[in-house]
Amino acid sequence: MTERFPSPFEGETPAGAEGWEGLYTYSLPFSEDRRGYEEATFWFQDGIHWADPLTPWDATWLEYALASLSQYNTRHYLIPPALGVDYRVLNGYAYLSPVPVMDPEEIGARVPQFMERAGFYFMNWDDLYSKWLVKIKDLIAEMEDLSFNPLPEKEAMEVITEGQGKGSGLDIQEEYRRLLNLGLRLWQYHFEFLNLGYAAYLDYFGFCKEAFPNIPDLAIARMVAGVEVDLFRPDEELKILAEIVVEHGLEERLAGGLEALEGTPFMDHWNSVKHPWFNYSAGNGFYHNHKVWLEHPEIPLGFISSYVNRLKDDEDISRPIDRIREERDRIVEEYTALLSSDEDRETFGQKLGLARVVFPYVENHNFYVEHWSHSVLFRKMKELGDVFVKEGFVADRNDVFYMKRDEVNEALWDMYSAWAVGTEPRGPVYWPREVARRKGILEALRSWSPPPALGEPPEVVTEPFTIMLWGITSESIDNWLGSGEDDDGLKGFAASPGMAEGPARVIMSADEIDQLQEGEILVAPITAPSWAPAFGTIGAAVTDIGGMMSHAAIVCREYGLPAVTGTAFGTRDITTGMMVRVDGNTGVVTVLD
Amino acid sequence: MCDACPTIDPDAHLLPEAPESQELPFVSDHFIVWYNDFRSEDRPRVGGKNAGLGEMMGAGLPVPPGFAVTVEGFATIHHHPEVVEQVRGLLSVTDPSDPASLQSSSALIRSAIENTLMSPEVEAAIRDAYHRLGSYCGLEKVPVAVRSSATAEDLPDASFAGQQDTFLWVMGASSVVEHVKRCWSSLFTARAMAYRHQMGYGHETVAMSVGVQQMVDARAAGVAFTLDPATGDRSQIAVDAAWGLGEAVVSGEVTPDHFMIDKVIMEIHHRTISPKQIEMVRAPEGKGVDRREVESDRQTQPCVTDQELLKIARMAKTAEGFFGVPQDVEWAVDRNLLSEHNVVMLQSRPETVWSRRSPQKISAGSGNFMDSIVSTLIKPVHTRSASDGE
Repeated sequence: MTERFPSPFEGETPAGAEGWEGLYTYSLPFSEDRRGYEEATFWFQDGIHWADPLTPWDATWLEYALASLSQYNTRHYLIPPALGVDYRVLNGYAYLSPVPVMDPEEIGARVPQFMERAGFYFMNWDDLYSKWLVKIKDLIAEMEDLSFNPLPEKEAMEVITEGQGKGSGLDIQEEYRRLLNLGLRLWQYHFEFLNLGYAAYLDYFGFCKEAFPNIPDLAIARMVAGVEVDLFRPDEELKILAEIVVEHGLEERLAGGLEALEGTPFMDHWNSVKHPWFNYSAGNGFYHNHKVWLEHPEIPLGFISSYVNRLKDDEDISRPIDRIREERDRIVEEYTALLSSDEDRETFGQKLGLARVVFPYVENHNFYVEHWSHSVLFRKMKELGDVFVKEGFVADRNDVFYMKRDEVNEALWDMYSAWAVGTEPRGPVYWPREVARRKGILEALRSWSPPPALGEPPEVVTEPFTIMLWGITSESIDNWLGSGEDDDGLKGFAASPGMAEGPARVIMSADEIDQLQEGEILVAPITAPSWAPAFGTIGAAVTDIGGMMSHAAIVCREYGLPAVTGTAFGTRDITTGMMVRVDGNTGVVTVLD
Repeated sequence: MCDACPTIDPDAHLLPEAPESQELPFVSDHFIVWYNDFRSEDRPRVGGKNAGLGEMMGAGLPVPPGFAVTVEGFATIHHHPEVVEQVRGLLSVTDPSDPASLQSSSALIRSAIENTLMSPEVEAAIRDAYHRLGSYCGLEKVPVAVRSSATAEDLPDASFAGQQDTFLWVMGASSVVEHVKRCWSSLFTARAMAYRHQMGYGHETVAMSVGVQQMVDARAAGVAFTLDPATGDRSQIAVDAAWGLGEAVVSGEVTPDHFMIDKVIMEIHHRTISPKQIEMVRAPEGKGVDRREVESDRQTQPCVTDQELLKIARMAKTAEGFFGVPQDVEWAVDRNLLSEHNVVMLQSRPETVWSRRSPQKISAGSGNFMDSIVSTLIKPVHTRSASDGE
């Protein structure tokens, strides 16, 4: 192949974004220091998780997540052919590169260790997963326990009488370091099971493909899909709340928001479920400005109100759990019967069994980590932001996200030190100026369209996690290279079955989700699980990014919404109002007019 | 079916589809077996093709109505011993290894049979049955397909597919009678004679039944395999479809549209739309078949809707379930019927290529699960290679 993607070094910095590299950890941008390696490597833009340019603090999750993912492949389980996934930032956008083990001997040497280590997890999965659920909840409790208080005019008397021998300035610095450590621990937990879960799923997947070469990926996924999944629980609760509104005739008070509902059975239920279920991001949870239901009740209330309308039209809004379960059993039974020997049937049963053991983690971790935990950590960071506002370091609590994570330590030092000495800190002059400059850079970066990939495309993509989660395949790379010359429309993954036609609505961020009208085709860079309540009335979904196992694909299947994911150019080629046809069976999106 | 009978109640077309409403008042007798009245013990009397249609109708598969002229009808040729002797004599001097000898004997034998008067009881039975079919369709001269259905009682596995004649768009009782005779005589096509010789079957061990079935006026037609003919994948239904009657697909005269439907989740997940330059259609005066060019804008359009495809697939799946082995199904979409009933099944026979192979054990199942996971990771499946790519 002679075609290649642009080099990370040949792009121009958008006007006004000069110096963007300084917004991140020194190791994060591409640099002359590692140019040889970086230019020889294939990088793809990870728009699933980071579709927008990263603020300095939000880049923390990119670094924590990718290092943790990598650590498990490389150092915990010794996945034979795969080291970690390397990561960089270019003009504020995240680029990733899976790192293979090239030497066959080294791969071979890793095998017995992988068997022993991963084998232990597979053999003890249920036990370890129930431990995980305890660990993650304890971790979240620790996060909830974080507190950031302004430094007092003078230390409390107990500090003296109890002989504490230390003060508030140390506390606030320790709290912040604790927050960072909890965040990194969170991401370590995140990948404790995920890579292995994908590995088991891929093994089952490979068996299905060999037994039935033409079996749609979708059918394979449907046989393991959970019926009652934590990720869908927030939406289930909205439906219950809608039923309460109808039952008690609270429609008018619903329009007045939570205050107007005070003292009603609605609020009893709301308060009993909001923790944890409304720690739910309207986006994907990776950005500080993604709105969380708990802090923006207008979002869930809007969904509730549309459910109320549907209930009043005598529509059944509940998920047909029994039917979904029966249908799943039928599918499994029929494919099993089509296998040609009892031996194959037994093997299939085992593989499906293991895939189902691992799948709840694959489906549910997203709620615990990206939604619940991130909601808490961002909330705590905003409380720290309030302290900076009070001390005059920044004008707005969210300005704290324009500091790099280690600069927050420096700013706390500055604040503490001046407080200790009894003079003025530099921060109130330094940070407003610096935050304004950084906001300007980010604004300039936002106008830049990141290429889907950089560097030399690989001959064939084999890294299993890259295929599974990001949907990066040899075909999608070809698709990117040949972009714009398509005659028969956009191609992507046939992620959720069904066919729909309708006017397109391009939604670039979670804030625009309320613009969706009944029957419209949602076209977005990526969808979030929390958009599910809107899925009942729209016709289909089209995303730029994501594979068969992306969260968008899982949710669309669960809601029976036809979807094509990973089209690369959906939001570029389609504009709001265009009539489009979405074929979720073949992965083709056609513009009709 | 019944395109020329616009006044007919469209619900009449429900008949073959819904077993409980199958109240065709036609009862079989010695020379005639109605498809709707078919019993398994009739099989040797009507041949595989007719038996298949009868069984399908019994299973609620939407075949067009019709009847079989039994082998007893054919046997009445023995009422003319001189003809039988003439045929035996011609056979005895035929050199089965010489195509020219086969051809000349075939021509002589066939004209001898076709020029013999049909036994009056058989002719009356055929005329009566055709008349009833016509009344049922509200059309005196209902167009029918007249098909040979060879049978050999002692050779249950013998395949005579494609050796005998089929006549389409036959209209009127006299013409039906003539074509039944032609079907009888097609037992002695050169090809059929050569086949019997090659297989060591005696010429008189094979008998001939004839099917008379209402013609579907196909807007589109084709075949459906209940496995992927390319890979033997049993989870798939492969459908080939072209404009007009199915002959164009079967004969390979057009490159059909090709679809792949997953048998279990019933999703159309692969489609190749080919330019279909020609189609076989019913001739304008309602008699015979015309080969004509398809208008250019229609050539590249899919010739079946997704809804129709799913009905075809469900029908093929039902047929496979009914017959117990993978099937090769011929189907058509009638151009006049209401969309709920416009998909009809013309015939179904066992798939023969993959069904005879012994299944391969799946290698991904070898060893314990950790070995399998390791090999999956080292040689990952190209997840999009087979189904969604391309």
